[in-house]
Amino acid sequence: MLKTIQWMAVCLVLCLSVGTAFSQGLSPPSNVTAVDTPNDDGSSITITWDAAAEESGISGYQILRRIAGGELETIGDLLPVGTTAYVDSSIEQGTSYAYIVRAVSETEATVDSEQTAPVEGNDEWFHTGKIPLFITMLLFSAAIVWNIYDARSGKELFVRRIPGLEAVDEAIGRATEMGRSILYSTGLGGVSGVATIASMTILGQVARRTADYETSLRVPCRDPIVLNVVREMVKTAYLEEGRPDAYNEDDIFFLTESQFAYAAGVEGMMLREKPAAIFLQGTFYAESLILAETGNSVGAIQIAGTDSEHQLPFFIAACDYTLIGEELYAASAYLSREPMLLGSLRGQDWGKLLIFAAIVLGVVLELSGISWITTLLQRVR
Amino acid sequence: MDFWSLIGIWVAAFLTLSIYSVLYRDNPFYRFAEHLFVGVSVGYGIVLSVYQGLVPFALKPLWETVTTGAPEGFIKLIPICIGLLFFARLSPRHTWLIRYPIAILIGYGSGIAIPNVLRANIFEQTRGTIAPFAEIAAGTLSGWGVVEAILMVAGVICTLTYFFFSVEHRGPVKWLSKVGIAFLMIGFGSAFGNTVMGRVALLIQRVDFLLGDWLRIIS
Repeated sequence: MLKTIQWMAVCLVLCLSVGTAFSQGLSPPSNVTAVDTPNDDGSSITITWDAAAEESGISGYQILRRIAGGELETIGDLLPVGTTAYVDSSIEQGTSYAYIVRAVSETEATVDSEQTAPVEGNDEWFHTGKIPLFITMLLFSAAIVWNIYDARSGKELFVRRIPGLEAVDEAIGRATEMGRSILYSTGLGGVSGVATIASMTILGQVARRTADYETSLRVPCRDPIVLNVVREMVKTAYLEEGRPDAYNEDDIFFLTESQFAYAAGVEGMMLREKPAAIFLQGTFYAESLILAETGNSVGAIQIAGTDSEHQLPFFIAACDYTLIGEELYAASAYLSREPMLLGSLRGQDWGKLLIFAAIVLGVVLELSGISWITTLLQRVR
Repeated sequence: MDFWSLIGIWVAAFLTLSIYSVLYRDNPFYRFAEHLFVGVSVGYGIVLSVYQGLVPFALKPLWETVTTGAPEGFIKLIPICIGLLFFARLSPRHTWLIRYPIAILIGYGSGIAIPNVLRANIFEQTRGTIAPFAEIAAGTLSGWGVVEAILMVAGVICTLTYFFFSVEHRGPVKWLSKVGIAFLMIGFGSAFGNTVMGRVALLIQRVDFLLGDWLRIIS
């Protein structure tokens, strides 16, 4: 008897809720699918459904999930009505989840979709969204390798004049004549920064010349790892020039990791030591103008170079020469004239030509109503 | 205001003025503030490195591995040992060992950086340059929007031409690169003005501290 009453109560509640839902014109979310999120580490499942019609009366969606054989649980907040997808990032790998999307009306009437098939989150070995990146890298690498072989075959490669780099010898010569030191800052970037790597390569070339001229080269470092790489590069440069005796490890030292303490320290060095030449090469932030202005005030010849576009204006305003972005990367090839680096430089130019072509072709295609280039570029993750 | 807060304000005001004193010339006050700043930041950095690096990423996992005896935990010994190779510099006979962690770091750094640079600086920028032309074709962009889109493409192409190093800049290439450098300078001028405004705001904050919190001239 009790069981019959319970059944009747359940049926009544169901009828009432369905009736309310239909009276609101509420229809269940359709085409609900749950799939393992592609190109992830298996930590999420993506649930999608069709957008509700404008007059559907739906004010939002609630996502419910069930572990096989378990209870339904509500996950996340109420989603706004325009939503058609939800990524459940609170899953455990190896567990199957089934989902229901619940449509909620303004009067809080609800109607549930059908339950999806159970799905597990799996991690993928390859991120297919990165394939265009991979192909581009292969193309760039092929262009660089081709040009390196071309350069090694003895063919002379042309490099246009870069005034900032032609001044390197002038700056080192000036410091030598004046008997003063050269201050070289690799900036605030870590060892993995492209600009820092470029800066360290330039430093290697500068160190070769200071080894020849017996000029003191002072390098305050902000990163302990950069410090070790810099010491190694400068030491190698002095060895290759046959002047290991002129190498002084204490001239390359750690200052501090704090941005403005580093700026204050380098500024103090500039004011007290009055270096004849200052190289500011690498990644810089807000301290760029402090350093460049102080260097200018002590009368040093300053050669700056960075790919931090917000700091370039300050270097241009306060330094004698500035290497703008890509010029910083080209510097090592320009200074050393080594066939391998020159080949690499021309290979990079081929890459730029490819970008040039992609832009022109993209504009023409877009104007013709064909948008596959932008679609392809948008898909790259 | 309690006593220690008052002391803090006086110390901060003294150090602020000491740092600003370099605008006149190098002097003992600036030197004191500079050395204090560098010293405190190094000390603070060491404490941070210990508590945010050494303890959670090296000592704690090792201790857990030793206490639980989980063999997979010993895999963490590999990066720890690679890191320890940096100390090889302390021994002149074994200095060469430092090249291994350096090579790994630069290789890892480049591997992480190159795809991101390609995506953000090439793919996204190329798409952003082309995308407005889809709107022009669809008729949703007109007037100044069209002019802006054309200017953007012209600017990108001319600026890109400036950065061709293996081509002699003469004839059309010379003119394109000259226009490119003009675009760059306009951009830099705009960024200069924008950043200077930001720096003035920072100066105002300091002056506000000196005149308000310290001297109490302004409320």
